Parts: sequence; structure tokens; C-alpha cells
Amino acid sequence: MAELEQKQSGGKKGKKHGAKKMSTRLDLTPMVDLGFLLVTFFMLTTTFSKPQTMEINLPVKPKGEVTEEEQNALKASKAFNIIIAEDNKLYYYLGMANDPIEGPIVTNFSADGIRKILLEKNSAINEMVVLIKPTNDAIYKNVVDILDEMNISDIKRYALVEVAKEELELIKNIK
Amino acid sequence: MPKVKIPRKSTLIDMTAMTDVAFLLLTFFMLTTQFKSDDSVIVDTPSSISEVKLPDTDVLNITVTKEGKVFFSIDNKNFSREKLLSKMSAKFPNLNFTAEEERAFVLTGSIGVPLNQLKGYLALDETERKMFEQPGIPIDSTNNELGDWIMQGRLSNPGVRITIKGDQGSSWSVVKKVMDTLQEKNVNKFNLITDLEADPNKLKGL
Repeated sequence: MAELEQKQSGGKKGKKHGAKKMSTRLDLTPMVDLGFLLVTFFMLTTTFSKPQTMEINLPVKPKGEVTEEEQNALKASKAFNIIIAEDNKLYYYLGMANDPIEGPIVTNFSADGIRKILLEKNSAINEMVVLIKPTNDAIYKNVVDILDEMNISDIKRYALVEVAKEELELIKNIK
Repeated sequence: MPKVKIPRKSTLIDMTAMTDVAFLLLTFFMLTTQFKSDDSVIVDTPSSISEVKLPDTDVLNITVTKEGKVFFSIDNKNFSREKLLSKMSAKFPNLNFTAEEERAFVLTGSIGVPLNQLKGYLALDETERKMFEQPGIPIDSTNNELGDWIMQGRLSNPGVRITIKGDQGSSWSVVKKVMDTLQEKNVNKFNLITDLEADPNKLKGL
């Protein structure tokens, strides 16, 4: 193929007689083939972005029993509870489980769901503390999503707390 | 009317430019590539807006699969894998790992077998090991081997960073157990491995 063009381009200048000049052109097609083969190989085996990590700080596990009073040191009006249930269900309420100020209300993980509420409450309540309570039926993704919402809404005070029995009763009623 | 002669054009294209591009890309990929580690478990991590990068070394990773199996792995910087196994055999003298098993342990990726099966698992050759369905490390409160692995892993590499790599669909109860185990071992700071997701606040600013 390469020789063909050589003939044509040579034709313009007039035919040369005498010693046959060897073409300096090479057929590069196999080289391109090889190049792209290797490109494809590297593209498929490479991992581009290193995985991201999200840092979690848990409180030091208390030694011995913690008294009720110590546990309830948080002001009820500042406690915003999120309960993560099965099937991507999400409930929130304000205050304590035995006497909720607001809620419990069902919401979802979308931007119009929990994020809107979090932003609203965060600006309305001074020093709000979010208590994240995943039930045992919750999936890991939902917990990470809620932890991520804390970063998105720029909420500094939050904690992962085990869900209490009363709370499970509470959300059972609104199902 | 004379016939219009269409000059026959050569179908040949100059491949030089294409070769240039191909090799440029090739060079780029060769230099930036980092091979995917052939982990025995496939995990689809959830996404978050966090942009903290995972370091290459000094990582002790706990993987939780969708089925709730727990795997343990540690990188081999400063021979911490070798140290780990010798520490484990010091703690569990009845296991008594041989030098050969130690070598096999250094070369394997994630470990997901109970301690009493570890010897048998390490005796398999590489292909057999890949085919072997690992049952996961026990994390029950009565038999929490993960706690031992974490403890000895930290002793073999004190600067290690602990990460949890959980699948999107894995049950929270299993992840909670892992976190409880970490807390029990006084690890209160650890990282969750996630994929990158666009920050909606930054998107608004665009």
C-alpha cells in the first residue's frame, strides 16, 4: 500500500529513471495496532482514582457503667434524632423518645428529604446535636449516606448511637 | 460529452500521526498505572463527598462483604505481615506456623478464614486459594478472632491506619460488630473507604 502512494507522488515530479530508490515509507498499521492493543490493556487494568476515605471518630468506650443522668446530659430540645430503618426508610424526631417535641416523621435520603430538614433545623436550633441511630436492619450504605449528609450540611456535632427499644416502638406506630 | 475522469485517490492514510497518539497514550497509561489488586472479594463501596485519599502503605483493612463476611488484610511494609503471623503463632501456640506457611501468608491478599482453618488455607496453592470460598473471620462475641487480628496487626505495625471497606448492601449489624470490636481494642479513629461523589454545595457554586 505504501508503495502505491510512492508511485503516485513520484509521478508528479516526473518518472525517475536509473537506480531504483527504495521507499523510506513503512506501513505503520501493525505498529498502530500494537500501540492501541497496549493502550487498551493498560486502560482496563489501571485504577485511576485512589479510593477516598471518610474519617470516623468514635468516643472512647466508657469503663464501667454510665449512669442515666450522664447519658441524658444532652438537652432534649437540641437533640435531633435520625433513625435509619430497613428498606431505605428514614425517620426523624426532635427531643427524647418518651416525649418527642416533633415527629417522628418519615423522610427519605434525597436532597429534598433529610438534607432540607437538616439544614432547616441546623439554622433554627443553636448547637443542635444529631443522633444517628441505625437499626440492625439498616444497610451500611444508608449509614454512610447519613454521615455524609452531616458533612454536606456542615453539622459538626453528631454521634452514632444505638437505637433504643422505645424508639423502635415509636416508629412502629407510624408505619 | 467527454467522460469526467475522477482521479483515483490513494486509500492509504498516513499512519504516523495515529502512531504518535497511540504511543503517547500508551506512555501515559504505563506511567500512571497502578494495577488493580486482585482481591479475593469484590466490594462495591458507598459514595461520599469526603476527599481524603487512602494512603498506599500502613493500612490495615477490614472488608465487610454483602453477605456479611469479614476479611482482614494488612500491607507488607516493613515485613508487618511476617511479624503479624509470628505474633499470631506466639499467641496461639497450637497453630505453630511453619516457615513455608509464613511465606504463603505474606503473598496472599485478604484473609477470611477462621484461625483453625488458616493452616489448611495457606497449604493450598495460589489458584486453589482463589477458588476457595472463604467463610469470613468470626466476629461473634464468644469467638472474636477479628479482635486478635487487629490487636496483633497494630503490634506488628504501630503506625497502621485502620480502614473499613464495606459493601453498600452489607448489613449495619455486621459493620456495627466490627466497629464495636475496634472500640474494644481502643481504636476510636478509623476510616471508611468510599467512592467519590460530587459535593452538592460545590455544584451549586458552579
